[in-house]
Amino acid sequence: MDTVTPIGETDMVLVRQAQAGDAAAFGRLVERYMRRAYFAALSLVGSREDALDLSQEAFARAYRSRAAIDPERPFYAWLYQILRRLCFNFLRDRRTRARVLESAGAWLADDAARRAAPNPADAFEREERRRMVAAAIESLPAREREVLALKEFEGLSYKEIAALVGVPIGTVMSRLYSARQRLVQALEVER
Amino acid sequence: MTHNESLDRERVQQLMMAALDGEISTDEQRELDALIAAHPDVAHEWQRFQRLKEVTTGMSLRTPPEETWDRYWQGTYRRTERGIAWLLVSIGTIVLFSYWAWHAVLAFFEPGSDPLGIRLAIAALTIGLVILAVSVIREKIFTNRRDPYQKEVIR
Repeated sequence: MDTVTPIGETDMVLVRQAQAGDAAAFGRLVERYMRRAYFAALSLVGSREDALDLSQEAFARAYRSRAAIDPERPFYAWLYQILRRLCFNFLRDRRTRARVLESAGAWLADDAARRAAPNPADAFEREERRRMVAAAIESLPAREREVLALKEFEGLSYKEIAALVGVPIGTVMSRLYSARQRLVQALEVER
Repeated sequence: MTHNESLDRERVQQLMMAALDGEISTDEQRELDALIAAHPDVAHEWQRFQRLKEVTTGMSLRTPPEETWDRYWQGTYRRTERGIAWLLVSIGTIVLFSYWAWHAVLAFFEPGSDPLGIRLAIAALTIGLVILAVSVIREKIFTNRRDPYQKEVIR
């Protein structure tokens, strides 16, 4: 999802330039990670407008506290800590949560499911299952939903997820198991 | 599944997750296959997870219009500007308000400035506002300290 990195423009170089007051260098970091941050927020809050708002706010906060960034460490991992806290706080707000639940899977694309179905009846059934799973994902506890999204939508390895979320790999796997159990149950209840 | 079968439930879960996500080793795959063959409930659960995986594999996050990315950095930059503006406005307001409050206190205690009833009303209003401000600030600090997401619980 990230843009191509020009030679010499590593995160470390850009972070150092941003810390020296070069806003354009920080802008290049934003361009490099905006899609990833947006999609991470989208999979957590389930609303495109809110995902845009929260991911931009995460970058703005990162810029304001850029002096605290360690250039030796991955920039996105640092940004992700800000982003996930913003998203979790957002989800904790009951008023916004009620609004998000009304979206019922509008944040998920279904083109892959349609392509895979050989006839309209199968396509309809697949779409129904997709809708049910989307609704079940929306009602998952935030931390299970986070790990599931990082695995299913970002395609990260367990090791990468553990590093981003800051938990052992065993915890990643147990959260994934718990999330998938809930999704399986949701699919079976609807049948 | 019972304790008599001495099945390590956590191990089974981890093996199934690793197999679903393609992070299983050859030895682990053999171990899972043996468990599936020996335990019908494990086999049943494994089938349910496989069906779910078929559905979630076909899902992706909806991509926003391309203009979103064109405007993204500008939107972020505006936020940082506004953050600095809010900081300056807050500092200016605090300094000016403190200055005004100091003069108001001096005027309040000046003999014969206002009738006693008005002075008591001003005192009640001021004390009430201070209590409200302290209460709100305390709630904010308390909520932040107890933020359940600040620290991960390691299971």
